[in-house]
Amino acid sequence: MKYIKIVALILLPFVITAQTEKGDVLIKNGTVITITDGVKENTDVLISNGKIKSIGESLSAGEGVKTIDASGHFVMPGIIDAHSHIALDAINEASNPVTAEVWEGDALNPFDVGIYRALAGGVTISHAMHGSANAIGGQCQTIKHRWGITDQYDLIMDGAPRTIKFALGENPMRVHGEGRGIMPRTRMGIEQVFRKAFSEGKAYMEKWDKHDSKAINAVAPEYDIRLETLADILKGDILIHCHSYRADEILMLMNVLGDFGVKKICFQHVNEGFKVAPELAAFGATASVFADWWAYKFEVYYSTAYNAAILTKNGVVTSINSDSGELIRHLYHEAGKSQKYGNLSDNDALKLITLNPAIQLGIDDKVGSLEVGKDGDIAIFKNHPLSIYTVPQYTIVDGVVRFDINEDPADVRMDIDPEETVPAFFEQEAHDHDTDGCMHGVFEQLFENH
Amino acid sequence: MKNLIYILLFFLPTSIFGQQIAKSEQGSFLLKNGTLVTVTNGTKKADLLIKDGTIAQIGDALTASADTEIIDCTDKFIYPGFIDSGCNLGLSEVGSVSLTQDYNELGSFTPHMQALTAVNPNAVAIPVTRVNGITSVFTKPSGGRFPGTGSLISLHGYTPEQMHTGFSAVIMNYPSTGKRGRWDRRSADDIKKDNEKAAKEMKDIWAKALLYAKIDSAGKASNKSKEGYNPGMDAIVNVVNGEAPIMIEVNKATDIKSAIKWAKENKLKAIITGAADGWRVTKELKESGFPVITGPVLATPSRQSDSYDSPYSNASKMHKAGIKVAIRTNDTENVRNLPYQAGFAATYGLGTEEALRSVTINPAEIFGMSDKYGSLEEGKMASLFVSDGDPFETKTQIIQLFINGWNIPIESRHTLLYDEFLERSPGLKTN
Repeated sequence: MKYIKIVALILLPFVITAQTEKGDVLIKNGTVITITDGVKENTDVLISNGKIKSIGESLSAGEGVKTIDASGHFVMPGIIDAHSHIALDAINEASNPVTAEVWEGDALNPFDVGIYRALAGGVTISHAMHGSANAIGGQCQTIKHRWGITDQYDLIMDGAPRTIKFALGENPMRVHGEGRGIMPRTRMGIEQVFRKAFSEGKAYMEKWDKHDSKAINAVAPEYDIRLETLADILKGDILIHCHSYRADEILMLMNVLGDFGVKKICFQHVNEGFKVAPELAAFGATASVFADWWAYKFEVYYSTAYNAAILTKNGVVTSINSDSGELIRHLYHEAGKSQKYGNLSDNDALKLITLNPAIQLGIDDKVGSLEVGKDGDIAIFKNHPLSIYTVPQYTIVDGVVRFDINEDPADVRMDIDPEETVPAFFEQEAHDHDTDGCMHGVFEQLFENH
Repeated sequence: MKNLIYILLFFLPTSIFGQQIAKSEQGSFLLKNGTLVTVTNGTKKADLLIKDGTIAQIGDALTASADTEIIDCTDKFIYPGFIDSGCNLGLSEVGSVSLTQDYNELGSFTPHMQALTAVNPNAVAIPVTRVNGITSVFTKPSGGRFPGTGSLISLHGYTPEQMHTGFSAVIMNYPSTGKRGRWDRRSADDIKKDNEKAAKEMKDIWAKALLYAKIDSAGKASNKSKEGYNPGMDAIVNVVNGEAPIMIEVNKATDIKSAIKWAKENKLKAIITGAADGWRVTKELKESGFPVITGPVLATPSRQSDSYDSPYSNASKMHKAGIKVAIRTNDTENVRNLPYQAGFAATYGLGTEEALRSVTINPAEIFGMSDKYGSLEEGKMASLFVSDGDPFETKTQIIQLFINGWNIPIESRHTLLYDEFLERSPGLKTN
């Protein structure tokens, strides 16, 4: 413990100057799973200044560049989790059915050990999402797992598009209809929350579009950050990620978006997506699902673990997410379940946790596959990553090794409660499947503080 | 033409009735040329004959009577059915709907609550579980100090009696000095106070139980009929006497040590369950001689300061210290992931062979049921499955499933929805 503090003190100046550090690494002789260009045996990957510089045989790097011997190991793109709540201090602004103005970027916590645990499962990027208490929840933030940095904003992935959380079904109905006695109490109400919010956003946008700031005596319309955000959604500047389960509500939202000309949507969880896979494909909507979670609430009772396979085979861009600080540690195994349930090919199964979530987050030009010019985000495994016997060895973010199984201290905490003499022991929450991770914090707010 | 009829017959149950799982069949089955992973007698190529619910014969080139169905298992593997040694399967239908949950009765001292009473033989999650090779589970009440009595059930049958294997045990939650979870905001002082209160409650209950047991045996000795109605005490009197087993749920290192001491002092037939910190107290666990049921393996570490892989490697560390370990899921709807929980333990030190024991013969022995379950041996119940590979590997498919000799269809809500919706008809076009 003392040791950690000393190390932390020594590293402190380094960490401060090393904001979003970019590194150089040469990975030698691995089996390279590119995702977009096949699997290459005995191949090297050279990362220079945080970007993939070349992929080929017998590559060499400059003097002093860190070299990793990946002989017999599998080298793949860093895993991307399109739905996570790690590294967050607050998840639900459950005070209104529409809270488009809040942003998870303001609640990032770089000290969350969950970041390191995700890295130890090969995950380099996660989508830090607002919860599902509100029909239109807060804006989310795509983060890179730069474990070791101390400035919360250094977790932010540069160039990642803005995203926002929507939610359908039981959660907003329970929180607002049942909990607070206001609309929405039904799935009919939820549709109207969206139509009202979008209409207000549209009116706001038109007011500002009409406003001529150069005109004499021009009075600017009143600025409203919530309406401004809604207008940005209508303009297509913010990608929608919508918590959803049932087929009917999925169709409803596609209809509403169609009416307002919004094209991009990723349905999250979407347990009944398999029922409307042709409609999702036709709309161009994408799906981010659990590998096998079901029955934890009524709206996921009619589920199938074959969801990812059915969606994929119907042409829907599909990812497998965690929504959990536990599942995020073995997304490679969760992806493997799409082979058990639906016989997806190795490449299609791995796409579920690499290229496809990258597409859903609008970052597939930068990450999600091993291609020259993309970010140096890489996970290296002993044994094939879809095998139960796989073990993550190294996880690299922007060319910086952030997890190395050979240099893995038992206690990695960076913030330690000075009053805590013995680290707190947490009993396993026996029924943590009762609700999805999206509802964290809601009931404390509803039932403890009120 | 004849073949075509057979094929049509095969699809009949699902295509006509939809959303229905086909009936199981009883009879004689000869599994030819499979690789038998017996668990107790090595791995070998042999034939296996199922008759009258049991494994009647194992050997080379077995022949069978005309009414025996022959199943070719060339290039396939045969394993004893997996046993989940702790879960709530059948006691909860929908996680968030409290009226479908039957594992947590009101009150702290309710050992007479029987899981067997409330287990739903038609729970949708049961077929979902068994098609992954899990043929029996110990399903249990939870919550409170003495939440009730759990039972080992086979995952086939239409009444609890048909499902019960014969083993039941009282559950006890040992007072914890840990936090209830990440969102537990109690201060260290509050936790200490709550723990002291819980310890006192336990002490009081136990003092009464000891007295009750004394009166009970004195009454029996003098042939006096019982006075009063004490169903809770009646449920634990054999536990107090050291005749019946008790499962003590305890996870934190100091609590495990304290629980062992308490169980030893009271000469109990204890089974330690949970044991998340087991790797920290292997010496005490080994010396106690108590077996351990641990899991879930796929869990976050119990402390912020613990290594990311501590839950993965816990079973291995306890096994290497000489402790008998079984693995449980402690889940409800995803008990089907038991093979993967064991697989992670295998990968992180336990090894495939020992991980296999932790979900077959070890729980069977811990439950005193190894004469019937836990391995492929002549005379044991025919609860087994045929797979196309190592059942821990994620992509391995289970091809045949037998529970107590019944040939179970590889169907569940999940497979039926797949069949219906992979190529939905009508597709995009309207009717």
